[in-house]
Amino acid sequence: MSNHQETAAATHQTHRDDVGAKMGMWLFLFTEVLLFGGLFLVYAVYRYQYQQQFHIAAMELNTGIGTLNTIILLTSSLTVALSIAAIQKGNKFLSMILISTTLILAAMFMVNKFFEWSTKFSHGIYPGSKELAAKPNGQILFYGLYFVMTGLHGLHVLVGMVVLTFMLVFIKRDIITKDSYAKLENSGLYWHLVDLIWIFLFPLFYLIQ
Amino acid sequence: MADATTAVAEKPYYQVSTNKHSGILSWLLTTDHKRIGLMYFAAIITFFLVGVIIGVLMRLELIAPGRTIMGPQTYNELFTLHGVIMIFLFIIPGLPAIFGNFFLPIQIGARDVAFPRLNLLSYYIYVIGAIMALTSLFLPGGPIDTGWTFYIPYSIRSTTNVSMALLAAFVLGFSSILTGINFITTVHRMRAPGMGWFRMPLFVWATYATAWIQVIATPVIGITILLVVIERAFGVGIFDPALGGDPILFQHLFWIYSHPAVYIMILPAMGVVSEIIPTFSRRTIFGYKQIAYSSLAIAFIGYLVWGHHMFSSGMSDTDAMIFSLLTFLVALPSGVKIFNWVATMYKGSIDPQPPFLWVMAFIVLFSIGGLTGLVLGSLATDIHLTDTYFVVAHFHYVMFGGTGTIFFAALHYWFPKMFGKMYNIKFSKIAVVTYFIGFNMLYFPKFIMGYMGMPRRYYDYLPMFTPYQRISTIGSWILAGTIFFMVGYFIHALYKGKKATSNPWGGVTLEWHISSPPIMENFHEIPTITHEPYDFSQLKEMKNE
Repeated sequence: MSNHQETAAATHQTHRDDVGAKMGMWLFLFTEVLLFGGLFLVYAVYRYQYQQQFHIAAMELNTGIGTLNTIILLTSSLTVALSIAAIQKGNKFLSMILISTTLILAAMFMVNKFFEWSTKFSHGIYPGSKELAAKPNGQILFYGLYFVMTGLHGLHVLVGMVVLTFMLVFIKRDIITKDSYAKLENSGLYWHLVDLIWIFLFPLFYLIQ
Repeated sequence: MADATTAVAEKPYYQVSTNKHSGILSWLLTTDHKRIGLMYFAAIITFFLVGVIIGVLMRLELIAPGRTIMGPQTYNELFTLHGVIMIFLFIIPGLPAIFGNFFLPIQIGARDVAFPRLNLLSYYIYVIGAIMALTSLFLPGGPIDTGWTFYIPYSIRSTTNVSMALLAAFVLGFSSILTGINFITTVHRMRAPGMGWFRMPLFVWATYATAWIQVIATPVIGITILLVVIERAFGVGIFDPALGGDPILFQHLFWIYSHPAVYIMILPAMGVVSEIIPTFSRRTIFGYKQIAYSSLAIAFIGYLVWGHHMFSSGMSDTDAMIFSLLTFLVALPSGVKIFNWVATMYKGSIDPQPPFLWVMAFIVLFSIGGLTGLVLGSLATDIHLTDTYFVVAHFHYVMFGGTGTIFFAALHYWFPKMFGKMYNIKFSKIAVVTYFIGFNMLYFPKFIMGYMGMPRRYYDYLPMFTPYQRISTIGSWILAGTIFFMVGYFIHALYKGKKATSNPWGGVTLEWHISSPPIMENFHEIPTITHEPYDFSQLKEMKNE
């Protein structure tokens, strides 16, 4: 009995399909795009309905911090891509350095986001506040969407940081190696998606005025 | 040594553990697709029976005008609960999670799904979602009373536990997405040698199309539900008309998912029908490719018809006409399937065993449901019938008469394979008949009442409806009685049933080539496929095996 259990467990481990794993990841990313797609749809509807007020509200956002964060995230996408290239070449140490850099950049993004949000909060702009309730409906919606969409994106950044931390451990323990790097590649895909969503959020909230 | 290993290799899957544990942990931590399918089976059947009991209680309340056994608030909570349990916990996961998990890998000649551990994870996410839904009943605030559609603005204003129930639906959706991803990847990557796309059994095609809808549509309801929860918690105003939001936008987003969701419910059922009819007609399926493509067509067009739920809630005439046209279009691929099934039986050598009889009941009930759907899909009649019992009757004929009936058909078809035991054939034939009678008594009067103007979701009614309501309630007893009768003879079969042979029905798809119940990892050797899926000339070779 125990003998057979071992063989059963062994066949499970030897079953490895990197193409299949990547396909599953792409499908998952597809659902993420649709998740944010729903929000982009809502944004489009209200932007059309309240053009003037979205314009006024958007001018209140700090384009400087937004631009800085865009640069930070784009750079972090580069470092993730390089870390995959490094592990493919068998350079474990460099790969780990590059993932750590990505994590630091992600943390910087979140810190900037924190300051941005807390400034808004200190001006009394947050969902349900009196100051916001006194503004016209279009501006309430703009800020509602701003907090929901950047908040949900921020959540994805945090999840990405957790995933990348795991990858760091996997590389350290030689679970991710020169010959088996599908996990890292798929995490990289996720990270690029998080980056890509920000690339859409940035102009929609900060630049279109 | 070699003998011992062979002996173990012959043991059924439920006696061999896939992990280092034995006993209950060998089930709870298993990554075997068959065991996970059975765990879903246990959970889903439990929720289904709870949903049935709630339904019977509602019908009992309606046996006479005025208050009978419960107050109006309780009634509102019960119909919401009935809807949430039946839709999110039973009918959406029902066929794909139980029979899809169990038979999809076997039918394509694989040892397991592409991501076995992810499969276990989606089971636990389902369980967590179910527990959250149940918790929302007992927390202070009381059970949710908004109806399963959670329409704004009432779902923002209601003081019941709407947020908890919504989060439960979100979590269940996540489980559904992961299962979908798993099945798509499995079908693409795990097919046995020789199993080309057009040699896949049609149940696999249907489950594959379903998996795509799960992946494409579910995230939209996910974000919509989250927005309502955020709205309730923080008042961001996205759907709240008091803050400039648009409640109709919620309805759009809700139905963008929830209409494709009805195809998540029905498509796997159509796949099962396409399995059962050839097996009991001893004849290859008529129009294999048409049936396969019509599954994809339903999945695709079904994504574009959501507006027909909103004809009376404010929409331009042009939009309404386009949605009406698309709704009629989606009836075409369904019609293609019905005609192909009937054509398959023509000149076949029909063996009327229980699974086949269930499918016959399905064809009648589903056709009634489908045709009354067209009455609702055309604009003028819809205005008269919106929010009446007619809609309730249509929905139950399609979902319960369609998917529910096929759930039982699938159970009768695959039970001997899953458990290695045969149930009482005579009892199950009686069950089909009483089910059919009870079902029509319960739901057909609702078409008439709806046409006469009886609104849905009402706790009370005018005396003129009394005879119809009575017939309906009596029907609910017959139907519920049949369901518990079935539970009885299946449990009896599990313990006392005769041992089933490996191919009791004379089927030729891959699951009938292996032993009943299947061994761990399904096949001693991965088969090479040389036949079309429904080529009955194989039967002779199979007897010699």
